[in-house]
Amino acid sequence: MLTPHTEEAAATMVRDLLMWKVPFALRGNGTRQGLGRPAQAGETLSLEKLAGVTLHEPAEMVISALAGTPLCVVEETLATKGQMLPFEPMDHRAIYGTEGEPTIGGVVAANVSGPRRVVVGACRDHLIGVRFINGRGEIIRSGGRVMKNVTGLDLVKLQAGAHGTLGVLTEVTFKVLPRPEATATMLFEGLSEADAVAAMSAALGSPFEITGAAHLPAGMGGEKARTVLRFENFVASIDYRFPALAEKLKRFGRPTRVDGAESEQLWLAIRDCTLLAEPRETALWRLSIKPSDAPGLVAALRKALAEARFYLDWGGGLIWLATPATGDAGAGAIRSAVGGRGHATLVRAPDAIRATVPVFQPEPAPVVALSGRIKASLDPDRLINPGRMHAEI
Amino acid sequence: MTAIPFPEPRADVLARRDFLIEGLAKLVPASSLVTSEDERRAFETDAFTAYRRVPLAVVLPETTEQVSAVLGFCHQHQVPVVPRGAGTSLCGGAIPQEDAVVIGLSKMSRILAVNYPDRIAKVQAGVTNLAITNAVSADGFFYAPDPSSQLACTIGGNIGMNSGGAHCLKYGVTTNNILGVTLVLVDGTVVEIGGEAMDAPGYDLLGLVCGSEGQLGILTEATVRILPAAEGARPVLFGFETSEQAGEAVAAIIAAGIVPVAMEFMDKPAIDICEAFAKAGYPMDVEALLIIEVEGSDAEMDATLAKIVEIARKHGVKRVKESKSAMETAAIWKGRKSAFGATGRIADYICMDGTIPTGQLPYVLRRIDEIVKHYGLRVANVFHAGDGNLHPLILYNVNDPEEAAKAEEAGNDILKLCVEVGGCLTGEHGVGIEKRDLMRHQFHKPELDQQMRVRAAFDAGWILNPAKVFPLDGRIAS
Repeated sequence: MLTPHTEEAAATMVRDLLMWKVPFALRGNGTRQGLGRPAQAGETLSLEKLAGVTLHEPAEMVISALAGTPLCVVEETLATKGQMLPFEPMDHRAIYGTEGEPTIGGVVAANVSGPRRVVVGACRDHLIGVRFINGRGEIIRSGGRVMKNVTGLDLVKLQAGAHGTLGVLTEVTFKVLPRPEATATMLFEGLSEADAVAAMSAALGSPFEITGAAHLPAGMGGEKARTVLRFENFVASIDYRFPALAEKLKRFGRPTRVDGAESEQLWLAIRDCTLLAEPRETALWRLSIKPSDAPGLVAALRKALAEARFYLDWGGGLIWLATPATGDAGAGAIRSAVGGRGHATLVRAPDAIRATVPVFQPEPAPVVALSGRIKASLDPDRLINPGRMHAEI
Repeated sequence: MTAIPFPEPRADVLARRDFLIEGLAKLVPASSLVTSEDERRAFETDAFTAYRRVPLAVVLPETTEQVSAVLGFCHQHQVPVVPRGAGTSLCGGAIPQEDAVVIGLSKMSRILAVNYPDRIAKVQAGVTNLAITNAVSADGFFYAPDPSSQLACTIGGNIGMNSGGAHCLKYGVTTNNILGVTLVLVDGTVVEIGGEAMDAPGYDLLGLVCGSEGQLGILTEATVRILPAAEGARPVLFGFETSEQAGEAVAAIIAAGIVPVAMEFMDKPAIDICEAFAKAGYPMDVEALLIIEVEGSDAEMDATLAKIVEIARKHGVKRVKESKSAMETAAIWKGRKSAFGATGRIADYICMDGTIPTGQLPYVLRRIDEIVKHYGLRVANVFHAGDGNLHPLILYNVNDPEEAAKAEEAGNDILKLCVEVGGCLTGEHGVGIEKRDLMRHQFHKPELDQQMRVRAAFDAGWILNPAKVFPLDGRIAS
């Protein structure tokens, strides 16, 4: 395993690998190795030593860090100035049972977001600059440290969610937000999925700036079904908005208010999918759809996959689904139920299944061809993380 | 002005004009094909009016299928294509060339569907920015990015340029508010990128297309996010003796954990120009003005504003004036949003669009003043203070070629300054032709080459909007 300490050293290593045409896999601290397909590579380039916050300007709401910087270091640095990463990146350790600290580069490579994504946007929406080494061994900058920048093609977005197949990320820059003064959760019990999605849509469509909307069916950490809506704001605003939203949603019953640590723990569990992490043998899927499709889709999945367990995040726009890890882990049934309305990603499954079932939703032929040409434009010899996203990329 | 070169028109294309028009006539209704010189002249420029080129022909398709057929035809015959929305580009992004077919989206201006439970709207690319908000505002929703030209500019153009606006400090820019597009590739293939669901797997082609200035394809439809409007919004005017004080107040507000929905800055010349036009009640005895807008219920706005006023006082604010009515609010924003138009009433101007780290504000403002004085010109500054996106308006006389050349040079110096302090050439207007030849100040050769290689994955033959974004020499086709 190669572990460069500087960007320049990393670029030299890439050029050496290039000379011998050695395909190589990328790695941060390995907490998300189970995400995507197993890369087909003989060498590994680890970014774990390329670590450190390189810029934090609180008054400009911007932070830069080298790719191997532990996420917790970025978050702690921001917290000292009362700030946070707005997109609330999920910690995958619970579902993969991995150890070590997730890196900020890994967060970007997998475009990892959490419950707040539904309102404030994903990782890619807050990523304003990257430095990476392309498949020619060149150091490339795109974007920068200012939040409004339309100078040239946006290769920043292209890197987010590319799972390291378009270059070796060495540094990433985000726009950030102040941490809210307080957080509270509005809890409804016993709602059907249809009512839960209707309540979440009404809440997210209200002016009260809900920053999380999830539905946990009965048996998912509680006896009754729970529909939860999160407020994050100044205390006075939450105290005003909570009853105002409760009034607007009164046809769904009388909610209770959950504050403090209990509220925070609940949203961590939703973010990190700890509710479905066990048993470890099950496969895990993430289904992204439009919220109003969720109740029908859930009903269809119940029929097709009797053993499936699930919960909803993003107001119904995200379904976390656990299925038995046998056969295709439900891929056929799930993807036919989703149809053209969204996409299903196989987040956790044994290597054997991930090698045969497309982990990511298959794309139409012209898009596959285009993606292949984009890959070739950044990594002509197809050496960086080959096969991590699709067999052909 | 003739300082910015265009590619030499392809003689082989010009020679085949009759044949090409005959071919186009078979693909679209007669009412969608513009060939007479008089009518073509209406498309010769955009809001970067110093440069004009009359196109070979203009096609105004009514459907995605027609766009596909026309683009496929142009690709087959290697004819350059220039996409056009409303032609409001400030950087020449929609200026044609003599050997190009303009594909204008103005006839595709319908809102196809509004979906409140899922907070999305599906629209055609030629719909205006403001028309989306107008279609949903009665139900308490809006489309967030609000470029000053929002009455005229189209969503297709907004996506092409990744437009911003005054309120993107809180709501983000275009790329943060689009979920999907229908994109016609250069060979006429129609692809759906993204869709109604969030975070499609695969490469973020949507993010790549946003801000690609019509170089990767022509988009015909978009799925946009619509957001619930706040209970109320109120702008407040803060007048300062110096721009340094105003800049420090902005930094202190953000440091206090407050992100107002907008923080706009105007200097004295801009205040004078805008007040004369909009009668917005701007204070006239200050050197720098901040328009800070907060949102929420009345009580919430009172509370937030109290905090902001306290911070502003610590930084020596001289005048604080709150909007007391919807009419005053409208006047305050009218003044700001018509800054460019109002400036145009008193002089010709070129509008810069660089972004800088906000900590560099006092230094950059001082340097801008020096640069402009060096060329013997005047400048008015309006900009988005929260995000550091500057709009110096350099005033000059368009009928004086020498002064026009000086204005262009001053503008180039200012943009280089923005890059030097860690910012960029353009925050929201785009590169177009205007900043094309400055790209090497921002990017090293391998970086620019990399962008061109990605571009070539979409359009290896440089058919799409070819005069824009990348310097004319050293282009890479694959």
